[in-house]
Amino acid sequence: MGAMAAKRNLLDTLQMARFVAKGFLRFDELIPDELNRSALEEMERGIPSPRPWTPLAGCYPPPSAIGAVLRLPEVQGIVESLVGPGCEFDHHAVHIRQPHEHYAQHLHGDSIIDTRTEHFDIQLLYFPHDVPPEMGGTLLVPGSHFRRVNEADIARYQNVRGQLPFVGKAGTLLALHHGLWHCGRRNDTDRTRTMFKLRLNPVVKQVRLWNTDDLDREVERVRDEPIFTWMRSEEETLARILGMPEPWFEHATGRLEIVNRIRLWRSLTGDETFDFDGWLTRLENTPAER
Amino acid sequence: MDLRQQVMVLYLASSALDSPVVGWTFYDGTGQQAHTTGDGSEPPYKTGLHALRDGWRVIQLPQLIPPYPGAEYTTSFHKHEFTFEKLVQRVAEHADGRDGG
Repeated sequence: MGAMAAKRNLLDTLQMARFVAKGFLRFDELIPDELNRSALEEMERGIPSPRPWTPLAGCYPPPSAIGAVLRLPEVQGIVESLVGPGCEFDHHAVHIRQPHEHYAQHLHGDSIIDTRTEHFDIQLLYFPHDVPPEMGGTLLVPGSHFRRVNEADIARYQNVRGQLPFVGKAGTLLALHHGLWHCGRRNDTDRTRTMFKLRLNPVVKQVRLWNTDDLDREVERVRDEPIFTWMRSEEETLARILGMPEPWFEHATGRLEIVNRIRLWRSLTGDETFDFDGWLTRLENTPAER
Repeated sequence: MDLRQQVMVLYLASSALDSPVVGWTFYDGTGQQAHTTGDGSEPPYKTGLHALRDGWRVIQLPQLIPPYPGAEYTTSFHKHEFTFEKLVQRVAEHADGRDGG
């Protein structure tokens, strides 16, 4: 965790765009089985908390299995792409859902309302064992991370179109934007479900931290395209990833979410001219001020 | 008549009652059903109007509130929250207030 991640393990531009649009990335079966087993045992024993705001590089020293997970080059690449080198430990939690609980958690965003626009924390969710549908893996609401709500003020929202109940194999890792709405679902099995959550804070400006070798090419592909070109093609481009609404978006407010995505993309790339479909170009056209 | 209230909240794609359902919530005062987060995959009705046709009564329509100056691009709660009710006969075995879980 101390060394800079190798370029080959950093995220690429379209992966970053997916994070900006959806508010999370998913890496299936990223962690090897042997490590999953030892990490689960460690979670069951209890993992001592590092001191808050310690550089991640100084947390979970060997022989910690969780430390070994976080020191995997692929995990380092993900973390560094999102929150940069030298990120700090905020807190961790081992989330346990007991067998046959009747109720899920209420939908919520973690911590409190967070008005930052150019920075974000990430939360890694690590599933050390298989999570079948009936086991009640974490429910995510893709694209909810820009909605300014305070923790569980959204508790009455039971279901939204496009919600994503986590179902997956052991060793799967999710990386969430801190604002993403989520909750632990009801566990309808007779087995305990265990998941490790880790919140990390950036200490550097979150600008072009991923492998940006393909950034200029991807921006050029969509520059000056006629509006809504991406709707007529299946080709995955920045405009298609950032322009695609979620199934739960309201018709009108959903358009503001696209603006939120473009604004975060501008911030992450340092390119204040980026746009597609004319969303911000129109708003910024003020000839009288020229 | 020993009636209990069932409440359904539908989140619609626009302020029109006949626009598509994008989110939904149920509470059952009879105790027969217990709903919780993430327990459904498909909306119960295609639109709010379809719920009316099935006997639900609207008890609250969301107000149209202009954006606060400076916050025109800020998004927050679902915009179009419609609340419905049905009054249904209480079922004796759930009369003690326990949840039907």
